[in-house]
Amino acid sequence: MRETIRFTLNGRPVTLDTAADRTLLWVLRTDLDLTGTKYGCGEGVCGSCTVIVDGRIVRSCQATLGFVSGKDVTTIEGLAPDGKLHPVQEAFVEHGGYQCGYCTPGMIMSVYGLLLENPRASRDEILEGMEPNLCRCGAHTRIVRAIETAAAQMGGRND
Amino acid sequence: MTDATRMDRREFVKVLGGGIVVVVTLPLDMILDPRVPARSQRQYPTDINAYLHIAEDGTITLYSGKVEMGQGIMTSLSQMAAEELGVTLDTVYIVMGDTESCPWDMGTFGSLTTRMFGPAVRTAAAQARLVLTDLAAEHFGVERDALTVENGVIYVRADRSRRVSYGELAKGKQLTHTVDERAVLRAAKDFTVVGGSPKRLDGHEKVTGAAKYAGDIRLPGMLYARILRPPAHGATLTRVDTSAARAMPGVTVVNQDGLVAVLAADPETAGKALGLVTAEFDVPGPTVDTESIFDHLVKAAPAPATPDEAGDLALGRRRSAKTFDVTYYNGYVAHAPMEPHTAVAEVKDGKATVWSSTQAPFSQQTNIAREIGFRADDVRVITPYVGGGFGGKVPGQQAVEAAQLAKITGKPVQVMWTRAEEFFYDTFRPAAVVKLVSGIDAAGKLLLWDYHVYGAGSRGSDVFYDVPNRTVKVYGEWRGGPDGYHPFAVGAWRAPAANTNRFAAEQQMDLMAAAAGIDPLAFRLKNTTDARMTAVLKAVADAYGWKPRVPPGKTGRGRGVACGIDADTYVALAADVTVDRATGAVTVDRVVCAQDMGVVVNPDGARMQMEGCIVMGLGYVFSEEVRFEGGNVLDANFDTYHLPRFSWVPRIETVFVKNDALPPTGGGEPAIINMGAVIANAVFDATGAHIRRLPMTPKRVLEALRKV
Ligand code: FES
Ligand code: FES
Repeated sequence: MRETIRFTLNGRPVTLDTAADRTLLWVLRTDLDLTGTKYGCGEGVCGSCTVIVDGRIVRSCQATLGFVSGKDVTTIEGLAPDGKLHPVQEAFVEHGGYQCGYCTPGMIMSVYGLLLENPRASRDEILEGMEPNLCRCGAHTRIVRAIETAAAQMGGRND
Repeated sequence: MTDATRMDRREFVKVLGGGIVVVVTLPLDMILDPRVPARSQRQYPTDINAYLHIAEDGTITLYSGKVEMGQGIMTSLSQMAAEELGVTLDTVYIVMGDTESCPWDMGTFGSLTTRMFGPAVRTAAAQARLVLTDLAAEHFGVERDALTVENGVIYVRADRSRRVSYGELAKGKQLTHTVDERAVLRAAKDFTVVGGSPKRLDGHEKVTGAAKYAGDIRLPGMLYARILRPPAHGATLTRVDTSAARAMPGVTVVNQDGLVAVLAADPETAGKALGLVTAEFDVPGPTVDTESIFDHLVKAAPAPATPDEAGDLALGRRRSAKTFDVTYYNGYVAHAPMEPHTAVAEVKDGKATVWSSTQAPFSQQTNIAREIGFRADDVRVITPYVGGGFGGKVPGQQAVEAAQLAKITGKPVQVMWTRAEEFFYDTFRPAAVVKLVSGIDAAGKLLLWDYHVYGAGSRGSDVFYDVPNRTVKVYGEWRGGPDGYHPFAVGAWRAPAANTNRFAAEQQMDLMAAAAGIDPLAFRLKNTTDARMTAVLKAVADAYGWKPRVPPGKTGRGRGVACGIDADTYVALAADVTVDRATGAVTVDRVVCAQDMGVVVNPDGARMQMEGCIVMGLGYVFSEEVRFEGGNVLDANFDTYHLPRFSWVPRIETVFVKNDALPPTGGGEPAIINMGAVIANAVFDATGAHIRRLPMTPKRVLEALRKV
């Protein structure tokens, strides 16, 4: 059943005339052409598709379009709207927190989201929050360094 | 090879337009895939392996058939070209894995890129600089020595106002230079340290989501396909009904030559349509499963190859003061790249263009052409960023499927495998058995090494210890075996076979060391005269702070050491673990890795690969094992098949053994080969328990603890 769904996407209003039970991940990637959000498992167990909805971490493969109706959605494309990298992105570049880069948008959105949820999150608290995110290349050591830098810069307690 | 698939070199250079082109040729044995008969390998153009183009506007472009899948070669190859040319890194563009513009390449695997193509790229760039300098000398009417290059501008040293840029020199030219294999080999010998660690070129794109992978390609009118899959390998389709799917608005159904697919304007609708397809299959009864596979591998083994044989085994056995007879096992392991196999294909005007997540664009080009009845020339494979390969993205079934569907429907088609399809069609690392009998004399010198490996393959089985009486028998290589040997496809998995072989060999070394009452590191040093191995062992001992001690200490905390050779890189690891005797859970606290990899082109990139190997290795050590009943693969996603996570990651330290006399050796794989043994040895030290089977799940660790 088609209906009109409105939400805010990376700071801009979006109106879609489609079915509310469609999955956010695929709507982002197909209808809205935002391909930074990745499919990795489709079952909420890898973190590749992570986006932020009203300030909370959401796996977009597990969210419907109806769920985001009227809400505020941020994807990886929304982190550096004017081309200036977000400190979390900066930290990933600086420490080489990626190899193939496929898990990277999900990793960055998760770190970003954890810092949104708790701006004073410590390194260990963030790492605990990152436990569901998978990276097959084993870029973990560098991602951890990036998290340390980002957390310190965002005013977190770095212990 | 048909003539139609060859391109004349001159024609090839013409496509680039004017400017200066330097092409490189390499000896055939360096570029042909040793695993495929040479006659079935295309050479395109006939003899070029890499080239560099300086366009009339001064743009420098490096073309390579290799692909970037996380190893950072996009940066390291560009870095070499930039340095040799005397320009900054950001002025060098690189085109990779495009069959239309890049020279033929067998594929990106075997840690070959830096090793083989590093020298080629360097030589091409050095030659280009020479050509440009000569042009400048002519331009100014001075000797070559009177000139100097800075950032792509050539100056007359005595009068810096006299200057000319590379672009100005290339303007109006149509020059081709060839560097032959002798020059490349010479360069490989003189390969100087690059040694800098520049920021990777792909960073910005990868942290902003702008980096394009095959699944991110969008073409007007593109359809997303889902394909009907059998419930098990070996199953045959007996009946299919697509009428309900066909009735869905916006859904296209294809049922042709065994390919049953549904296509729609978005992947979810295609998924729903597939759910409406009903089908029946004949499924053969399972003959092997996760547990019975090991007996099967030994019983059904093909005749062995004997890569190494010396002395007299019976004599070795007789003279040994102690012999050790142990069997080791490991299950099937998935590649599980985070990006599933994906391809987008478009067939237009008799030409097919396929964007594919692949490690081997050129072999895919051939396969696609064959399957859709096109000439290879009419198929172009483009490789965007690849989201991890590890040996799994060579075959390219998804690219063939996308091309077939695009040809049938006349529309651009995307095929992105679901995670379940990815697990089902993966070419797994083979399950394997190693039977090893070894012996030592009273002083702890090796006398006997009787080594039999089933299923895994030969890589990593070479005996670099000094053993007078030895044999190595290899029953089946990692690419398969006789029909029915494995219940599904197997293939190369990061350092194929070496993970299995080192797990057995290096654990056996500790077993013997303990029995001889010798420290395991000292035991290794005592039994090898190989200078490079001795050096990496000493380096890892230094970095770790190794003090001689005979295992097992049985304190619940333990340390291990293990070493090996892979892709001509020498590698040694030391690790600390803590074992929870109540649960069988093992925590890895620290891993130290020492490598002699010849000249280190990009130290930070090399460390990143070493760290990646160590973390990825934790998976096959602790949790990864594909469970199956016959051709039915039971694991379909990460909820049951567990990859390493952040909490598993130990403190990692990496050190290089300086060896600038040697051209770069492989870096993408070596550090992973010892992970099984180094952890098993540390668990033995911590508890006295012997872990003979990987993965060492808590349950298996508990079983081993009970036997102590
Ligand atoms: S794709 Fe959504 S969590 Fe894996
Ligand atoms: S960088 Fe490749 S999966 Fe994380």
